[in-house]
Amino acid sequence: MLLEVKHVTMRFGGVRALDGISLGVEVGTVHGLIGPNGAGKTTLINILSGVAAPSSGEVRFLDQMIQGLPPHRIAALGMARTFQNIRLFPTMTCLENVIAGQHLVAERPLLPRFLCLPVAARKEKEYRDQAMECLERVGIADQASFLARNLSYGDRRRLEIARALASSPRMLLLDEPVAGMRQRGLRQIGDLVRSLAEEGMTVLLIEHNMGFVMDLCSRITVLSFGRTITTGTPAEVGEHPEVIEAYLGGQENHA
Amino acid sequence: MEFVTHLLAVYGSLLNFIGIQSLLALSLYITLSAGQLSLGNAAFAGIGGYVSGVLSLHYGLSYILALIAGSASAGVVALVIGLPVLRLRGVFLAMATLAFGEVVRIAAVNLTITGGAQGLVGIPNRTKGWMIYLVLAVVCYVVARLRGSRVGWSFATIREDETAAATLGIHTTYYKTLAFVMGAVIAGLAGGMYAHLTFIISPGEFGFSAAVQLLIYNIVGGTRTWPGPILGTVLLIILPEVLRGIGVAAGALRMAVNGLVLLLVILFLPNGLASLFQGGSRQTPKVAPLPREEA
Ligand SMILES: Nc1ncnc2c1ncn2[C@@H]1O[C@H](COP(=O)(O)OP(=O)(O)O)[C@@H](O)[C@H]1O
Ligand SMILES: [Mg+2]
Repeated sequence: MLLEVKHVTMRFGGVRALDGISLGVEVGTVHGLIGPNGAGKTTLINILSGVAAPSSGEVRFLDQMIQGLPPHRIAALGMARTFQNIRLFPTMTCLENVIAGQHLVAERPLLPRFLCLPVAARKEKEYRDQAMECLERVGIADQASFLARNLSYGDRRRLEIARALASSPRMLLLDEPVAGMRQRGLRQIGDLVRSLAEEGMTVLLIEHNMGFVMDLCSRITVLSFGRTITTGTPAEVGEHPEVIEAYLGGQENHA
Repeated sequence: MEFVTHLLAVYGSLLNFIGIQSLLALSLYITLSAGQLSLGNAAFAGIGGYVSGVLSLHYGLSYILALIAGSASAGVVALVIGLPVLRLRGVFLAMATLAFGEVVRIAAVNLTITGGAQGLVGIPNRTKGWMIYLVLAVVCYVVARLRGSRVGWSFATIREDETAAATLGIHTTYYKTLAFVMGAVIAGLAGGMYAHLTFIISPGEFGFSAAVQLLIYNIVGGTRTWPGPILGTVLLIILPEVLRGIGVAAGALRMAVNGLVLLLVILFLPNGLASLFQGGSRQTPKVAPLPREEA
C-alpha cells in the first residue's frame, strides 16, 4: 500500500465530517472516492495533503505517518493535489503557474543568477521546457502566456493538474477534476489520468460522474456522512445495496 | 560639469534623502513581494540608525562595522518578531509590527544612550552621496535577480495563494520570515547610512507616519517590479519640491500631494506607476483567450 488511512476522524465543532474512516490505495492505481455532497471527500484530501490535521486517526504514506504534518513536508514526500474550488495563482501566466509548481524539483539557486553564469540560463531553459511539457500534457500549451485568471473554467482545472504534475509527484489527489467539463474534456482528462497511472503514478480521484469513475478506477471507496460504506472494484461497488441507496439515492435528490 | 557641481550643491541633500528613502521603500518591497505587510520597516531603520550611531559615536567603531552592526541588529530583531507571528496568516504581522514600531519609538525617547527625545546628536558625518547610490544599485540588482530564483518564485507564489503554495512544497513560514528579515536588514542599513549623513537622528523620524510613508511609496510606484517603489519615492519627494519651486505654498503641501497622488493611483493605476512602463503586457493577454467548450 502506498497510502493507508486508518480510523481517521475529523470534527468541525459538533459536525463529524469524517467518522473513523479507513482505506488503502495501492501503488500505480487509480482509486476512486465517491459519495454525496458533504460526505467528507474534500476533507479527506485536505488531511492527506496536510492542509488540515485530523482530530484523530493515522495516515501512512510511503510507510511514514503523515497526519498533522505541514503541507510542504507531505508535498516533499511526493504528494500533489488539485482543489475543488480551484486555487491557481491568478496574476501569473499559465507557464508561471507551472513554474511555481516546480519548487521541489527545480533549484534555481541565487549565486549563479547573481553572477549571471551561463549555467543558470541553460538550467532555466530546461525547467521552462519541462513546464511547457506539463502544459502540453493537459492540453493548454497554446495558452502558456495567458494569465491564469483569464482562462475558461475547464482550462483552469487543466492548469491546476499541470501545476501539480510539475513536481513529478508519486501520488496525485484530484478533487473533482472534470466538474463543469463536457464530453471532450472528460475524455481528455480520462486519457491523461490513465497515462499517468501507466507511468506508475498513483491517483486518488474524487468525481461525481459515475461513468467517468467506473471507467477509470480499479478500486472505488464510497463515503457517506463521513463513513466508509464500502471499497471494491467498480462492479462490486455498483451492486452494493447501501451504495445504491446512499449514493445513487443522493443523486436522485440532486436531479 | 559645472552644471552637475551646481546641481549637487543645491540639491545634494535632496538627492541623498531620495536615495535613503528609495532604499527603505525597497526594503518594504521585498517583504511585500512575499505578500507580507510590515509596518515596522521605519522602526528597523531606527534600530539600524541608533545602533550604528551609538557604536560609532560612543564606542568609536569604524563606519563600516557600525553599519553592519546596525543592519544585523535590525535583522535579528526581525527574526525574533517574525518567527512567532509569521506562522499565522493575515494581518498579524501588520499588527505586531505596528506595535513594535511604537515600542522602538518609546524606547528611543526614554533611553539615555539614544539621547532621549532630543535624539542622538553628533554622529560622525561619514556617509557620502555616492555610497548611498552604490548601495542602492547593489540592492536593486539583488532584488532584480531574486526574481526568477527559487526564493523569488516562492515569495511570488506565497503572495498569490499561501495554501496552494504550501501544497507545492514551499515552506511558507521560512520564506515569509526570510522576506521579512531581508527587508529589516536593508532598512537597518539604510537607517545606519542615514544616521551618518545627518549628524542627528531623533525618535520621531522612525515612527508610524514614516512606516506608512514607505507603504505609500510602494502603492504609488507599484509592488510588482522593483523599479516601482523607487519610482513612487522619487515622485512623492520631488513633486512637492517642484510645486514649491513654482510658488505653491508649502506647509501641508507634502501631505496633500501624497494623498492626492495615492488616490489617483489607487483609482486609475491599481498596479502602480511602474505598470505604465510595461506596455501592459502582463496585465492582459495579447489575444483574448478563446472560450473553450466548457461552461
Ligand atoms: N472548515 C470547515 N468547517 C466546518 N465544517 C466543515 C469544514 N469543511 C467541511 N465541513 C463540513 O464537513 C462536511 C464534509 O464536507 P466536504 O469534505 O467538503 O464534503 P464533500 O467534499 O464530500 O462534498 C460537510 O458537512 C461540511 O459542511
Ligand atoms: Mg468536495
